[in-house]
Amino acid sequence: MTAKQHAAGWIYLAPATLLIAVMSFYPIIQAIFTSFKTGSSANMKWAEPLTYNYARMFQDKLFLRSVGNTFLYLLVEVPIMLILAMLLAQLLNNKDLKFKGFFRTCVFLPCATSLVSYSLIFKSLFATQGLMNTILVKLGILETNYNFLGNAASAKVIIIIALIWRWTGYNMVFFLAGLQNIEYSVYEAAKIDGANGWQTFWRITVPLLKPTIVMTAIMSINGTLQLFDESVNLTSGGPANSTITMSHYIYNNSFGTGVANFGYASAMAFFVFILVAVLSAINMKVGDKRD
Amino acid sequence: MTKKRKASGIQKRLIPSYIFLIIVSFISVFPFYWMITAATNTTVEVARGKITFGTHAIENFQKLVAQQDLWGSLGNSFLYAGVQTIVALFICSLAGYGFELYHDKNKDRVFNVLLLAMMVPQVATMIPLFKMIAKMKLLNTVWAFILPAISTPFLIMMFRQNSRNFPVDIMEAARIDGLSEFKIFFKMYMPIMKSTYAAAAVITFMNAWNAYMWPKVVMTDNRAQTMPMLIANLAAGYTVDYGVLMMGVLFCSIPTMVIFFILQKQFAEGITGAVK
Repeated sequence: MTAKQHAAGWIYLAPATLLIAVMSFYPIIQAIFTSFKTGSSANMKWAEPLTYNYARMFQDKLFLRSVGNTFLYLLVEVPIMLILAMLLAQLLNNKDLKFKGFFRTCVFLPCATSLVSYSLIFKSLFATQGLMNTILVKLGILETNYNFLGNAASAKVIIIIALIWRWTGYNMVFFLAGLQNIEYSVYEAAKIDGANGWQTFWRITVPLLKPTIVMTAIMSINGTLQLFDESVNLTSGGPANSTITMSHYIYNNSFGTGVANFGYASAMAFFVFILVAVLSAINMKVGDKRD
Repeated sequence: MTKKRKASGIQKRLIPSYIFLIIVSFISVFPFYWMITAATNTTVEVARGKITFGTHAIENFQKLVAQQDLWGSLGNSFLYAGVQTIVALFICSLAGYGFELYHDKNKDRVFNVLLLAMMVPQVATMIPLFKMIAKMKLLNTVWAFILPAISTPFLIMMFRQNSRNFPVDIMEAARIDGLSEFKIFFKMYMPIMKSTYAAAAVITFMNAWNAYMWPKVVMTDNRAQTMPMLIANLAAGYTVDYGVLMMGVLFCSIPTMVIFFILQKQFAEGITGAVK
């Protein structure tokens, strides 16, 4: 490469690199500084003691609850969703299956909605006077209309159901792409050896899809730790903040209706950053080891 | 042995698969169907559990337009998402091209550092970015919306990966013909990579259209609000008119659904774009 070409290369990547530096790296460093400060946004002072916001964070019951909620969604939703997505991908990868394109489009369709849209659709479906109640009462499963979103436990279940609905098809696309790299003859051989569908799934599909599983798991964990739209629009964090997520609570503390506390919000946000980084790192390590 | 399969008929062995897929498909599609029917019914009918089409679509639409600035918000969403898509594609494709086709050790190092940005959650940069945008007096402008989103590691990686298929020989040929470095990008790279651009455009537009938290932070003026913000406002009142709400949700979903049905292949490629 000539010097001129070297220079051209740097010019090409400069705008993108500078933007990421200014819009991601610089703000995260700013956030660390802000997390050690108190006061309103106009005149912030260093906190006394410096770790005040962090000490407060771990005694803030509401914040701890938001962490607990987020992890509950993570631990319940992500495994169910990924297994379901893999199962669907395996079924749709069958050469003898008809209407493949139709099924794939249907399962993928939820990705066409915005997060706010589907949150509101689920909110309406599960409202006390909503369709789900009507159906369950008519079927005799419920005696009277039940306020699903007014009860902490059922509201959490509905957030999880909604998340599974929205993201299964999205993840299935990755698994379908991953399965295309697996020779179909592997499956034919398994069939000849008398393996049933369930055995094929756990013994062939899952091990061969491992790189895809690690990647989708990282993305799902990353996404769930930042859950916001659903908490705000489906349950408004309620009832009584019982379903609130970390991002929602941080938003409330910085731009919400309450008192803005940028220092405290930054401390919590930095905690989320550490969580995302650590969990991604663990996931990648685990993924590497079994290779 | 001929490889003939039975052209028609469904294999018995697969019946459980079909049943499972039909159930999952139904669950996936039903909320859409319900949204559309609800948009044509009154809130009382929706509450009663009516799931067939009604006759109140126009009435719901008129109420929606009276309550919220529908056309303004639709226009904003198209403007923001459109500008973000064009600018992001240009900046990220240029970078992906530079990282792959002009790569050397230092550029690879820079790339690896940029990837770390994938781990930075939006909520962690929201406050400093808000302050920065406010200082630049850009709140409620399209710039506030797009600036943090026009250079993403995901898009850069997508273009970088796909640039591996770019025929390098023709670059040399073009140089010999006297084409400048920049003309090679515009005249050769862009046309040859158009399928990558299509996939990247779909995914970027979708993400921009659906963005919620960041616009909520910087678009404080009602006149600057986006469609997701509009429908969130519709649902925030004490009494919610479900017919009107679903009419709003429908308007928010039509553009993304149209893209989904026309460009489903590109959308799927866009989602998985950076992995190969």
